[in-house]
Amino acid sequence: MGEFNVHRVRFFNYVPSGIRCVAYNNQSNRLAVSRTDGTVEIYNLSANYFQEKFFPGHESRATEALCWAKGQRLFSAGLNGEIIEYDLQALNIKYAMDAFGGPIWSMAASPSGSQLLIGCEDGSVKLFQIIPDKIQFERNFDRQKSRILSLSWHPSGTHIAAGSIDYISVFDVKSGSAIHKMLVDRQYMNVSKRKCIIWGVAFLSDGTVISVDSAGKVQFWDSATGTLVKNHLIANADVQSIAVSDQEDSFVVGTAEGTIFHFQLVSVTSSSSEKQWVRTKPFQHHTHDVRTVAHSPTALISGGTDTHLVIRPLMEKVEVKNYDAALRKITFPHRRLISCSKKRQLLLFQFSHHLDLWRLGSTVATGKHGDTLPLSKDADHLLHLKTKGPENIICSCISPCGSWIAYSTASRFFLYRLNYEHDSISLQRVSKMPAFLRSALQILFSEDSTKLFVASNQGSLHVIRLLEGSFKHLHTFQPQSGTVESMCLLAVSPDGNWLAASGTSAGVHVYNVKRLKLHCTVPAYNFPVTALAIAPNTNNLVIAHSDQQIFEYSIPDKQYTEWSRTVQKQGFHHLWLQRDTPITHISFHPKRPMYILVHDAYMFCIIDKSLPLPNDKTLLYNPLPPTNESDVIRRRTAHAFKISKIYKPLLFMDLLDERTLVAVERPLDDIIAQLPPPIKKKKFGT
Amino acid sequence: MVEEESLRVVHCGGSELNFRRAVFSADSKYIFCVSGDFVKVYSTATEECVHILQGHRNLVTGIHLNPNNHLQLYSCSFDGTIKLWDYIDGILIKTFVVGHKLHALFTHAHAEDSVFVIINKETPDIFQLVSVKLPKSSSQEIEAEEISFVLDYVNQSPKCIAFGHEGEYVAAVRDFYLSVYFFKKKKTSRFILSSSRSKKHAKNNFTCIACHPKEDCIATGHKDGKIRLWRNFDDDKKYTYTCLHWHHDMVMDLAFSVTGSSLLSGGRESVLVEWRDATEKNKEFLPRLGATIEHISVSPAGDLFCTSHSDNKIIVIQRNLEASAVIQGLVKDSNIFTGLVIDPRTKALVLNGKPGHLQFYSLQSDKQLYNLDIVQQEYINDHGLIQIELTKAAFGCYGNWLATVEQRQEKETELELQMKLWTYNKKTQGFVLNTKISMPHEDHITALCFGNAEKSENPTLVTASKDGHFKVWILTDDSDIYKQAVGWTCDFVGSYHKYQATNCCFSEDGSLLAVSFEEIVTIWDSETWELKCTFCQRAGKIRNLCFGRLTCSKYLLGATENGILCCWNLLSCALEWSAKLNIRVMEPDPNSENVAAVSQSSVGSDLFVFKPSEPRPLYIQKNICREEVQWGVFVPRDVPESFTSEAYQWLNRSQFYFLTKSQSLLTFSTKSPEEKLTPTSKQLLAEESLPTTPFYFILGKHRQQQDEKLNKALEDELIQLPLTENIPAISELLHTPAHVLPSASYLCSMFVNSLLLSKETKSAEELPDDIDMEEEKESEDSDEENDFTEKVQDTDNTDLGEDIIHQLSKSEEKELRKFRKVDYSWITAL
Repeated sequence: MGEFNVHRVRFFNYVPSGIRCVAYNNQSNRLAVSRTDGTVEIYNLSANYFQEKFFPGHESRATEALCWAKGQRLFSAGLNGEIIEYDLQALNIKYAMDAFGGPIWSMAASPSGSQLLIGCEDGSVKLFQIIPDKIQFERNFDRQKSRILSLSWHPSGTHIAAGSIDYISVFDVKSGSAIHKMLVDRQYMNVSKRKCIIWGVAFLSDGTVISVDSAGKVQFWDSATGTLVKNHLIANADVQSIAVSDQEDSFVVGTAEGTIFHFQLVSVTSSSSEKQWVRTKPFQHHTHDVRTVAHSPTALISGGTDTHLVIRPLMEKVEVKNYDAALRKITFPHRRLISCSKKRQLLLFQFSHHLDLWRLGSTVATGKHGDTLPLSKDADHLLHLKTKGPENIICSCISPCGSWIAYSTASRFFLYRLNYEHDSISLQRVSKMPAFLRSALQILFSEDSTKLFVASNQGSLHVIRLLEGSFKHLHTFQPQSGTVESMCLLAVSPDGNWLAASGTSAGVHVYNVKRLKLHCTVPAYNFPVTALAIAPNTNNLVIAHSDQQIFEYSIPDKQYTEWSRTVQKQGFHHLWLQRDTPITHISFHPKRPMYILVHDAYMFCIIDKSLPLPNDKTLLYNPLPPTNESDVIRRRTAHAFKISKIYKPLLFMDLLDERTLVAVERPLDDIIAQLPPPIKKKKFGT
Repeated sequence: MVEEESLRVVHCGGSELNFRRAVFSADSKYIFCVSGDFVKVYSTATEECVHILQGHRNLVTGIHLNPNNHLQLYSCSFDGTIKLWDYIDGILIKTFVVGHKLHALFTHAHAEDSVFVIINKETPDIFQLVSVKLPKSSSQEIEAEEISFVLDYVNQSPKCIAFGHEGEYVAAVRDFYLSVYFFKKKKTSRFILSSSRSKKHAKNNFTCIACHPKEDCIATGHKDGKIRLWRNFDDDKKYTYTCLHWHHDMVMDLAFSVTGSSLLSGGRESVLVEWRDATEKNKEFLPRLGATIEHISVSPAGDLFCTSHSDNKIIVIQRNLEASAVIQGLVKDSNIFTGLVIDPRTKALVLNGKPGHLQFYSLQSDKQLYNLDIVQQEYINDHGLIQIELTKAAFGCYGNWLATVEQRQEKETELELQMKLWTYNKKTQGFVLNTKISMPHEDHITALCFGNAEKSENPTLVTASKDGHFKVWILTDDSDIYKQAVGWTCDFVGSYHKYQATNCCFSEDGSLLAVSFEEIVTIWDSETWELKCTFCQRAGKIRNLCFGRLTCSKYLLGATENGILCCWNLLSCALEWSAKLNIRVMEPDPNSENVAAVSQSSVGSDLFVFKPSEPRPLYIQKNICREEVQWGVFVPRDVPESFTSEAYQWLNRSQFYFLTKSQSLLTFSTKSPEEKLTPTSKQLLAEESLPTTPFYFILGKHRQQQDEKLNKALEDELIQLPLTENIPAISELLHTPAHVLPSASYLCSMFVNSLLLSKETKSAEELPDDIDMEEEKESEDSDEENDFTEKVQDTDNTDLGEDIIHQLSKSEEKELRKFRKVDYSWITAL
């Protein structure tokens, strides 16, 4: 496996933003997640929970509600009073429309998907008609006294329930008038609180309305009579969210104490048909408020202030007890936030509104295996580059030579030239960017830093030649006719001849940069690509997919390599296929062409193509080969996958040179330390 | 006749009341609990033992009401029989012989004439739940052979098995799994919790189970203090459970209320928790119950709960979580350091009770009289804590003084020692702390005795300690200007060559004190505290020391560790005799010269009774028990027995009780002591002394009216002699308060009329005479209420026929009923 000096970087103080809303789409088995900074992410639950797409956030666009309508259309609404529809193909915002009701607190799509309902700050409930490419205001419902915090449609679409402060209203959709007003008890543990906020309502087809409120109650109401049927006091703090399964036999609520509770409809006795709602299991996967929950047919999904997205499968609904039945906790984005300049040993960290450039420390000391070497020169914070405007950074890159930095927001593209003079550094912005370079989804510099490749959100790829202080647009690869799918991943061969680009679903396209034309397309695979890289010398394209499969494709031969075929024939080790974070980066050893270095958030692996593949009987994770055993045994037990789990959570790992690795870790404790303090609970919960 | 029977060792009460769940009668008036070989019936209102159901020949292991007749009780025992009792009269109705050792018993209304028992298969640890069909037969003893298997490999404790609502299923837990057997489908479902492999679930073991009476819901208790509520368990896949967690330690028992609206749980915290609606946030507590809750049961009427505790106590709790009655047996929780002491006042047996307490246990009524808190510190129930232990107790001056010693030793060198002297307060009828002496000695106190001479105004206490000293404590005036307070101070410190003092003992007249220093016995004059003489036999350390009594008071007895019993003559200061006997316990009888000694051998313990004057024993009983005898005591009899046989004469004046290492209290008797336990209050049944509650005024009145109507209806048909109770006039006369009644003269005729027999049954001649007499009296007496009496006279005069009399009484009754309609309930408020 070889020994490396490892730069163990822990100064990337990245904190993901908290999750505000999740919306589950049953048709496509996708999950939309919106964060407090306005970012919206799309997870593909069928593709091993891979984060397929994301829409960058915006400072003024705090999302309060998110919903799917008309099949695949995604809408969000927020405190700036706008309803936004997202373009899931082009990965940009289709349009934003002001609802003229002040900040929007809640939104719900009708069961048929043709209507959209929003609840506003001024107490109005507005109904919108969803028409192709647009939404159209239809009518206002009876205006309420205070803000509408939650909305739910009756599955038949005839009635809605709206949760406000201190009461729940039931509206008739046809007439738009409130037929019931159900007052909620303000008392909380015998202390009269000022207000009782209805954080969530759910309308069941039998007419039951379930409400969750700030007094820690889950209440069942009969909407026909407007009376309280049952009351469950479940928390000492707010219950903030509720989600009901499609079959209406179970629902889930999330509390500000970080607990989610599962309620199930169980029959009272096996002989009678009478059923009752019973609180069954509590799950404590969060440390902070659970702001939102969703109920997929097989899992409970929750997200909150502690930035984790937790997917808890329901064991009784899972048919086969495989690795899908395990708990998933997604914290970090499935894309690269760090780029590295190998030559100057620089790391560029991307935050939502700024970039940080660091120079790695160095050491003169040497030591044994496992030693921590003292730094002779500390890591150096060179640059703090703030963006202009309210938009979040989509992507960024530093050139391998370290003299160029490029980044992009949703509307502007920035390119900077860095000049190093001894210890000081100067930054110069390259002005007069061409009009077509407005927004980029991915930026990549060629190995010799003479070319810049930009994947724009129109599906086109721009190739730009970089000169001292200026640039020249060389070519634009237009997307295949008819598709508007954006390219999200780029890889360039070290010799600069080949460029590979991959979108969210279709195959990987390989372009010949010299001749500026499409060379070939790697056959499409069912699962999205998570990482791409082209090996030096051989120009083999290595592709990692979200189901943990790795393919090696020879670009010159336009076919899969022999090794890749062998791997496919034999199959990967079952434990390898069960890992739950995608491979986010692939790199190669400059001296050993047989090595492929891959990593995901919890492990780093060197694949040695010369060694036999492990079968299901061999041990996949062999921490360290026992030194006392003979070489024969060691050779016999050795297999192609050398896995190290020392560094985690691992956000980035690359080879600086043949003997040096850089690993960027982000310990979860550091993230939690930067979050607001959670609700204080006594040790025994009394 | 008595002498013919041989003397045998019998268990003497004090058996566990908390061995199994207690059972309530259907009307909640009685509570049943197993107690050794018997079943005891207590009244829930008065705490008195009403009946003892005896008949089993081994430990009773389960009791249950007969679901088809709630006036009958089933019990099962290790002797392999199921017995059916009429508990109201305490009569054994039937015995069903099963043949196996029965470990627990269950019944439910939906299994006609069969009961469920846990039996033991050949292998020792495998238990089966089987159903036994009880054949219908008129004979007293019936073989029940029809056994059908239900569940295998169950836990032997009945807490681990419960029957579901309407007997549709039975659920059993053991280790890490829950099995549910559905009777209709004949199918067993099994649910397994993740075992102790992973550290997080290390204590997931099931400990107890209860089934909801109305719904398909099973509650299980676990070792880590969690309670799981299982639902949907008829589906192997879709089953689900809810967790309730309050207990920090193992859940000992669970019970649902009768309606199922609340769940009760208890454990080592000694707190009864009521979970309302089975929700975590809605719970009520009944704390400070004193000891670990072992069992919880609920009365079928739903108005009472009861908890059985590890300190042999049953607490009856009302529905609003208020303890209403405590049934306390002999506490056998801790090690007995104090030995068996007799309280001279109450003749109660005094020994260690709850930690830090002294219990006064009445041998006659087999119940604890009261509990004296000696340590007076909060007892923290935690494993591994070193507690303060009550090590010595002694009574002096006819029970006026009590001396106690408590110690706590955390390390070898850190000994905390405290001696307390308590005086009997006649006003409060209890002991009050008088003097507290911290560190009375430098080392453990080995013996404590009062100089029990006649001079009770000047009591003396002697303590002997391992530090080589014995100290004499006397009662002196305390520093009080009124010279009324008294306290104890040290008067004399004696020692002998730095040997450890191991025993001390006063002679009967109090003139001599014997203190043993390891192998040497020293005799001191109690007036001057001079060393009179020493005895040394070089036969090992002295273990027991006592003076002879009455005619043998010149002898001093000493038993050594090397197995030698020595008897010294104090007049000649020489060894009178010695015998080779490995004596553990030596107790003199206070009422006679006899000394009882229990020796320990490899096979068991033997009892020797002898007089110090002669080395020949009066009575020998070999092998009184298998294990070591720890303590013994002679208890004076209230009424002397008259055994004429020479061998038993030593039992005439007193009875010898002894305590073995497993803490069973045994005695010698020719008959079972329980037979003699005639509860003085057997007649004190609860029903007659019903308190007048508001309900009584509502319901009682209503019922009376109903009864009256019934009686009236009956009256017309009555031909035979009516019982006095059935005559409404009389009962009304007796039940109406005196000061609201009309004058006696007015009532008199009515009263007499009501007593008269109807025409058919009595002679017509007698009748008019009687009435005439009454009338005369009446007219003499009643002046003020002329109108009434006149009316009576009028009607009487018109006709003397039978039907008129009937009419008469009716009209009178009407009048009385008028009175009855007046609400008298305000009277109770007076």
